[in-house]
Amino acid sequence: MSGTGIGAAVRRKEDRRFITGKGHYTDDINRPGQAFAFFLRSPHAHATIKSIDAKAASAMPGVLAVLTGAGLANDKIGNLICGWMIHSKDGSPMKMAAHPALASGKVCHVGDAVAVVVAETLAQARDAAEKIKIDYGVLPAVADPAAAQKPGAPQIHDIAPNNTIYQWSLGDAKAVDAAFKSAKHVTKLDIVNNRLVPNAIEPRAAIGEYDSGTGAFTLWNTTQNPHVARLVIAAFVGMASEHKLRVIAPDVGGGFGSKIFIYPEEVVALWASKRVGRPVKWVADRSEAFVADAHGRDHVTHAEMAFDADGKILALRAKTVANLGAYMSTFSSSVPTYLYATLLSGQYEIPHIYCEVDAVYTNTVPVDAYRGAGRPEATFVVERLVEVGAREIGQDPAELRRKNFIRKFPHQTPVIMNYDAGDYGASLKKAMELADCKNFAKRKRDSARSGKLRGIGFSTYIEACGIAPSQAVGSLGAGVGLWESAEVRVNPTGSVEVLTGSHAHGQGHETTFAQLVSERLGIPIDDVSIVHGDTDKVQFGMGTYGSRSGAVGMSAVVKALDKVEAKAKKVAAYMLEAAEGDIELKDGKFSVAGTDKSAAWGDVTLNAYIAHKFSGQELEPGLKETSFYDPTNFTFPAGCHICEVEVDTETGNTEVVAWTAVDDFGVLINPMIVEGQVHGGIAQGVGQALCEGAVYDKDAQLVTGSFMDYAMPRADYFPTLKVDTTLTRCPSNPLGIKGCGEAGAIAAPAAVINAITNAIGTENLTMPATPATVWAALQKTGMPHAA
Amino acid sequence: MAAADTAAVSMTVNGKPISADVDPRTLLVQLLRETLRLTGTHVGCDTSQCGACVVHVNGKAIKSCTVLALQLEGADVLTIEGLAPADGPLHPMQEAFRENHGLQCGYCTPGMIMTAVDMVRRKGNDLDDRTIREELEGNICRCTGYHNIVKAIAAGAKAMRGTATSKAAE
Repeated sequence: MSGTGIGAAVRRKEDRRFITGKGHYTDDINRPGQAFAFFLRSPHAHATIKSIDAKAASAMPGVLAVLTGAGLANDKIGNLICGWMIHSKDGSPMKMAAHPALASGKVCHVGDAVAVVVAETLAQARDAAEKIKIDYGVLPAVADPAAAQKPGAPQIHDIAPNNTIYQWSLGDAKAVDAAFKSAKHVTKLDIVNNRLVPNAIEPRAAIGEYDSGTGAFTLWNTTQNPHVARLVIAAFVGMASEHKLRVIAPDVGGGFGSKIFIYPEEVVALWASKRVGRPVKWVADRSEAFVADAHGRDHVTHAEMAFDADGKILALRAKTVANLGAYMSTFSSSVPTYLYATLLSGQYEIPHIYCEVDAVYTNTVPVDAYRGAGRPEATFVVERLVEVGAREIGQDPAELRRKNFIRKFPHQTPVIMNYDAGDYGASLKKAMELADCKNFAKRKRDSARSGKLRGIGFSTYIEACGIAPSQAVGSLGAGVGLWESAEVRVNPTGSVEVLTGSHAHGQGHETTFAQLVSERLGIPIDDVSIVHGDTDKVQFGMGTYGSRSGAVGMSAVVKALDKVEAKAKKVAAYMLEAAEGDIELKDGKFSVAGTDKSAAWGDVTLNAYIAHKFSGQELEPGLKETSFYDPTNFTFPAGCHICEVEVDTETGNTEVVAWTAVDDFGVLINPMIVEGQVHGGIAQGVGQALCEGAVYDKDAQLVTGSFMDYAMPRADYFPTLKVDTTLTRCPSNPLGIKGCGEAGAIAAPAAVINAITNAIGTENLTMPATPATVWAALQKTGMPHAA
Repeated sequence: MAAADTAAVSMTVNGKPISADVDPRTLLVQLLRETLRLTGTHVGCDTSQCGACVVHVNGKAIKSCTVLALQLEGADVLTIEGLAPADGPLHPMQEAFRENHGLQCGYCTPGMIMTAVDMVRRKGNDLDDRTIREELEGNICRCTGYHNIVKAIAAGAKAMRGTATSKAAE
């Protein structure tokens, strides 16, 4: 079975439907009698709603209903919530403002949904929405997080004076101050981590359907976590009891975090379906997605690192203002706190760390987790400080990193995390060899001959994946546990269905989860099906984000397989008239140790169901087992990415000419899929560094609101990527795996900016490093020409 | 919808003649997805940037979100569903995407494959890395970082040598 087991580059089982156009995404589904919803959204960043006149719209052809926030309130539909409680330094709880699914009395960002038109066709709904008359009282607005707390700034929510949601801190400020006093050198940086738009290529979509005969709702939805969506919509929004709401996440076209959250549109689709007595479908336009999907990042940080005379790091301190946008999205509060400051130790032995984070409201789209979520922001702070520190002290950046690497595990950092395993020197060494660092100087001379400035940048990142155990995250404020569930159903003929609480939206679970089963049971991979994304089929599960499906989701499958194997051995023992302890399972066959007696997998599974060989009283018939797996720790993937760039001094254009990634993800289930995840992560990280950035103007209008003006990275932005791995097993889960989904996006931005600043000789460079930005920086260096 | 608001259009889609009465503002992609239920062609943007909707019209790749159905009277349209017979062998370019892990979420994939087949028609069977990357200017993928898509197209182009849609065979 090694051809389809753990470690094999098995070609994906799900691919055939996608490459033949037979996928089933939410927008591919049409329900009988379906009507269409179109949302009318605020054109203003901040305004009171004085009146809404929907008379003319309601009379338009095909219109079934025009619904507003007043109707939501009348029907007692609750607000959306943020599910992670953060307390300020003074002990006060975060200031969570009301977030109704349709604006009530006031709009707080461009794109805030004000009304929804439901009509026979989408075109009719769209036409009718143009006839809705809304009288707005426009208020001053603020988009810049650095300006949100200033005296005189527009006040967005009464509950949050100075637009401040919380003022949080982590670490020992006094110890850090003392360490800085003893420092030989202090490196200081002001950093903006630019706001990004996730832009999964499938826009979000929802179909709500109410059955008045049973009082039950069904929601087809582009979600990464259908059970969590059901829980929130039932328990907090109050749409229906949990058992009267079925959430189906069919094929989902990418998520990157943006499809974790519970959004207004799915709530409204459900509610509207009950109001009009028809299924109601909504699909976002791309330009709608820009103002309705949660954005990512958007930190403003001042950070300092203290070094001793040898270049050993003594301490780190950071002060960050995090923009959470107009409302607190589902997990927004956790991103700039426990997913950020806890990673500020990087791969380094740093005795003292202190971080303060102010989270603020602004008149912008809500900000929440986007691929990496807090960890890219932390890595950017640490890896820029280390790189700039080395340059200022006059030490080789790789050498300074190596000197400060953590070498003994487990390692307790001063910011909560307990790193369980790693070998940071190994990934750095291997990456430097693959990147041919020793000949960089020659390549730099060659580039100079063609008028280009060449630079090299490192990023030796760490991340924390598979956030757990539940008890620990609960103590940090999480409103949910972060375990995962699995059910393994063995059919009488021996084929297997695995029902997992994880959800795939590009990650290839139908293949990797099946590889695990094929390896464990010794059966062909084509005899295994993976079922996910339907709350009526799968028991409660937590979904997919934070690179958790391997470490947590597959571990749950392992636990269920343990039980299946144990029970199957009991059945085999009856069949083979042997002691249960003597039964071995290998290559799809049960045998009695030391004899030639055996029974094939399919014979045992059939016997489990016909139950002719054993009494149903002493052993229950059937072969189906369930598990809920809660890990003992986070996992800590880490590695080294090395970027080489060429900067054109005439235009300021940066070309990434070489990329080397060496990551330690623990045990790999499918190296082909792991490499693909790394490629995709790097692309998003390079996008952040070079071209992506959501820009708001002074009136808080989003000026990068479509693919015409928000620069998505294209194929010609990238060289061929060199991707390799090192291996230390993760001791915190039974498979020894760590999680690979976010590493590229976490590592890449610092590697790119370190490379460009190395090339152009100034550290004063903000992301995205567009040609205009780099060109302007070059003019200040006094060395604008390479040759 | 009243008959006065619609207009008739006929074309060939995946080798079959079709006729439909459509609202004049209907885009080709809407005709394919909503009327003909060929949902393999996707919509990923509203500014003709992402390429998820690429199909072939009279043998050339076009973005089906940017052409009205009524403009295509008598045209020959090929979508991802028509590239290979159902349950039959895959087209070499489809096979190359599978073999090279050229897709993750699958949403941009039909457009990528239709673009790639057209690329081979125009540029031949030996496509270098730079050519493929520049030719993909009109297709956005958020999952793969393009790395394996580029590999898949190079391999698919070679595998298409001698097939009807390859330039070398013309």
